[in-house]
Amino acid sequence: MSRTTLDLWVGFFVAVGLGALLFLALKVGNMASASSGDTYAIQAKFDNIGGLKVRGAVKSAGVVVGRVTEIRFDPEAYVAVVTMNLDTRYKFPRDTFATINTSGLLGEQYIGFEVGGDTAMLKAGDTIKKTQSAVVLEKLISQFMFNKAAEDGGKK
Amino acid sequence: MDKVILDALRSLGQKVTSRIWRLGYASRFFLAMLLHSGTALRRLNLTIREIYFTGVLSLIIILVSGMFVGMVLGLQGYDTLQRYGSTEALGVLVSLSLVRELGPVVAALLFASRAGSAITAEIGMMKATEQLSAMEMMAVDPIARVVAPRFWGGVISMPMLAALFSAMGIFGGYLVGVQLIGVDEGSFWSQMQASVDFREDILNGVIKSFVFGIIVSWVAVFEGYDAEPTAEGVSGATTRTVVTSSLAILAADFILTAFMFTGT
Repeated sequence: MSRTTLDLWVGFFVAVGLGALLFLALKVGNMASASSGDTYAIQAKFDNIGGLKVRGAVKSAGVVVGRVTEIRFDPEAYVAVVTMNLDTRYKFPRDTFATINTSGLLGEQYIGFEVGGDTAMLKAGDTIKKTQSAVVLEKLISQFMFNKAAEDGGKK
Repeated sequence: MDKVILDALRSLGQKVTSRIWRLGYASRFFLAMLLHSGTALRRLNLTIREIYFTGVLSLIIILVSGMFVGMVLGLQGYDTLQRYGSTEALGVLVSLSLVRELGPVVAALLFASRAGSAITAEIGMMKATEQLSAMEMMAVDPIARVVAPRFWGGVISMPMLAALFSAMGIFGGYLVGVQLIGVDEGSFWSQMQASVDFREDILNGVIKSFVFGIIVSWVAVFEGYDAEPTAEGVSGATTRTVVTSSLAILAADFILTAFMFTGT
């Protein structure tokens, strides 16, 4: 089997094709940032997760520190149990406060960590005790309207 | 009167039966091709030659159309997004629509009309000029020697062409969006990276293009092999290749999308 110009062209084609795939993976996708290093799993229970989705971000001080891996319903306590994988580079105190926030007015929802003062750190498999549910816009509006009505009624 | 209705029903039934017959024959042909693939992969230079004809020679049309599709997406996307004041999401729009749908589908449609029709015409002409029968006379199996390398060449080329199409389209969207219109370059790329997932979006796109590669190559080699050995027969088979594989690509795309992107 001898080398031909055909082989050169096909080699060029394959190289360019793989290069395009690499470009998609690294420059377009989040392959470079998503799979960096090891993670550890912790859980948190929320009364209402709103529109949180699997693969949603976990942020602390605005920086992504992990991803939501599983959301399931606890049929005994009637709460949502959210499992998330955190980057092992980041440790959080045990009394960290997990809230569900929305990025922008209509953006996607993420879990925000507000760091507490405990000296003991969260380990793999731990559950965050203090959580705050997602803000449901309709509830907020109805609360506001009822309060307004009650105020107006009180004045008369 | 009765005779007219009876004849209509009869011809309808005949058409349906012959279609099913052909589908069965095509499936058997597909299996025979897979069984004879060993030769195509062992004598790699046969397959490499086909990758050259189907893949390398399709590069120009794929790259140029990918570029233009991306540029149109950039213009149209900007026009719509600026109404909602979220032009930074242009990168997300361009990249997701290319990587998930337009890249694999449009590249496969172009591939069917550029390479699929050529494969059909080539095999059909070989049949019409009795080259295939001559091979059989010399105890060379034409499925192993002619059909299988063309099939595998197409299957291997297709995912690369689709990836090139997507990459080129994103570059075209970048040219129009960032360089021409002036969307912020940083948010163009960073929002894109934040919302395009490697496994969910890019890998699913590659799987799609692989499936489309199988469909187009299969239809092309089968139509060529099954063509009537006349000039009209070959031209009819070439037309059927483009029509059948385009319809099959779009139908398969719907099914694959329904499986892959369920909205969770």
